[in-house]
Amino acid sequence: MMREITCREAVREALREELRRDEDVFLIGEDIGFYGGTNKVTEGLWQEFGPERIMDTPISEAAIIGAALGAAAVGMRPVAEIMFIDFLGVCMDQVANQVAKLRYMTGGKVTLPLTIRTPGGAGRSAAAQHSQSLEAWLIHTPGLLVVMPSTPYDTKGLLKAAIREDNPVVFIENKMLYNTKGPVPEGEYVIPLGKADIKREGKDATVVATSRMVYFALEAAAKLAAEGIECEIVDPRTLVPLDKEAILESVAKTGRLVVVHEAPERGGFGAEVAAIVVNEAFDYLDAPIQRVCSKNTPMPFSPRLERFITPQVEDIIAAVRTVLA
Amino acid sequence: MTKEELISLHKTMLQVRHFEQEVAKAFLAGQIPGFLHSSVGQEAVAVGVCAALREDDYVVSTHRGHGHVLAKGADLNSMMAEIYGKATGCCRGKGGSMHIADFDRGIVGANGIVGGGIPIANGVALAAKRRKTGQVVACFFGDGASNQGTFHEALNLASIWDLPVVFVAENNMYGMGTSQRRHQKVENIADRAAAYKIPGVVVDGNDVLAVREATLEACNRARRGEGPTLLECKTYRHFGHFVGDPGAYREPGELEAWLERDPLVLFRRYLEEQGVPAAALDELEAAVIEEVRMAVEFAYRSDEPAEETALEDVYAPTEAGRRAIW
Ligand SMILES: Cc1ncc(C[n+]2csc(CCOP(=O)(O)OP(=O)(O)O)c2C)c(N)n1
Ligand SMILES: [Mg+2]
Repeated sequence: MMREITCREAVREALREELRRDEDVFLIGEDIGFYGGTNKVTEGLWQEFGPERIMDTPISEAAIIGAALGAAAVGMRPVAEIMFIDFLGVCMDQVANQVAKLRYMTGGKVTLPLTIRTPGGAGRSAAAQHSQSLEAWLIHTPGLLVVMPSTPYDTKGLLKAAIREDNPVVFIENKMLYNTKGPVPEGEYVIPLGKADIKREGKDATVVATSRMVYFALEAAAKLAAEGIECEIVDPRTLVPLDKEAILESVAKTGRLVVVHEAPERGGFGAEVAAIVVNEAFDYLDAPIQRVCSKNTPMPFSPRLERFITPQVEDIIAAVRTVLA
Repeated sequence: MTKEELISLHKTMLQVRHFEQEVAKAFLAGQIPGFLHSSVGQEAVAVGVCAALREDDYVVSTHRGHGHVLAKGADLNSMMAEIYGKATGCCRGKGGSMHIADFDRGIVGANGIVGGGIPIANGVALAAKRRKTGQVVACFFGDGASNQGTFHEALNLASIWDLPVVFVAENNMYGMGTSQRRHQKVENIADRAAAYKIPGVVVDGNDVLAVREATLEACNRARRGEGPTLLECKTYRHFGHFVGDPGAYREPGELEAWLERDPLVLFRRYLEEQGVPAAALDELEAAVIEEVRMAVEFAYRSDEPAEETALEDVYAPTEAGRRAIW
């Protein structure tokens, strides 16, 4: 039996291994060191690597990303933490106008081996400024790679790849998954960016789901399987680069597609997937594509409203029934 | 100040204290969703500042804002219900602890983004100035927030436009787990006022009268059209950063030393010295406890919001009715 660890531990292990492996790797963020991180992800690293490599900053997100960018531009390999993805709003100039553009604007003269780790997602009644899923902002910004893992195994392997990557990567964790356990081998491994993973095989309908929604989709698939409906669950794992082939191949097999993400539906990643499939696999489609996403509102505080706004297992089941109808 | 006014200050501090304590209890009992930042220990800042404000003045608050909004006159019941996430809450259960707002009482809103409120205060002040209403904005923020770009941008703007804002730096010595020593080299945030050529004032934030006095002066200046003041109130939070945070990063003995300077204990002592009988103060406190208990009762008994209400309030309605959100 392979050992099981949580997503939190998977992030920490990846960070620890990369910090040990490469002197140029360092962490920078708010309360990540002495305090151990708001989500306790970086706990113990400050003790092991010291304050020069696990750098606590003031509450200054723009300064964090700018410092990471500058250091990366001259060859360091920073891993910045933005405590909640919502706080990207505070430093979006640095992320979108600086990090994402510098290489291109300089005609490829600079390489930016920089990772921004940040947790997103709802589920804790943290309301509108602490619950968002903002991956669409990021995938809409050429120059950034965007990773959004679901399992501890993927989290570890992809974070290691992100840190070794010579391009800026935004690595989106999910706060509801930090305690989620899964098998992770003891030894070293790296998962290349841009490879989707089939989380469940099936012949009847393809469900493309990201982050925490992978678990919701798996639950829906288990329920549908009891009625003999077999869903294939494709977890893209990285949104940029996107493993289009894996999605198209699955749709070619099933002829039906449901896309699930927690971000609001409008202008979301699901629209991108739907457009790709319509353009490139139209002939395979036997039914209109369904999207299961959050409603187009900010995230409300009340748990009941939060649940109402965000996709639930029942919604995925209903969408699969619709594409099969 | 008259004795009644002094007692009223104490009453408001008691309201904040007991409100915060009841909320923390309910939170730990699992009755309140989300997370909670308690202002216990900092009551004299909220109450001292708001005591210097006119009823039509404004406050801009923070994630640790229960005290600010209570002191500005928020209704206990609807505020408590909001923190419980109920339909009767002042924000219909959509905001919660970090987003209390009540525009009718000049409460422009708490904020989940550290430093997010500081520039907003300028806009409110700008409107007051343009309309010549004589209103002032008290803008609360923490020591940690004073390292955000928004702080520097907003103070500079308020300075060049002589906006009627009192920037209240509520220095409780920590931004989350990082002590002020570790997040900035200045000992006094107020020193940063020099960079914007506005007055920078340091006051004992656990002395409600001193806070009120300093705020009055800043307000007078603002109302005369002479512009903003940066008022730093040195204080301390008794809880950790959030309710449930053990605060392991504190220096040993630090909390104990600050408990000795509990603003409520200090002010009660002062009132007794002024001849207010202890029995009267006990009675006052009992009444406040009852009032807060009623608010908890109200919140607890209130209904959760109906699901469809989640779709409302994204946009203002048009004349044709609610604007559709596809
Ligand atoms: C932009 C942003 N960064 C980080 C946070 C997380 N956070 C919430 S409160 C807080 C500490 C704020 O410190 P301070 O301004 O001193 O206020 P205090 O909590 O002490 O009242 C932090 C880091 C946030 N909410 N917003
Ligand atoms: Mg503070």
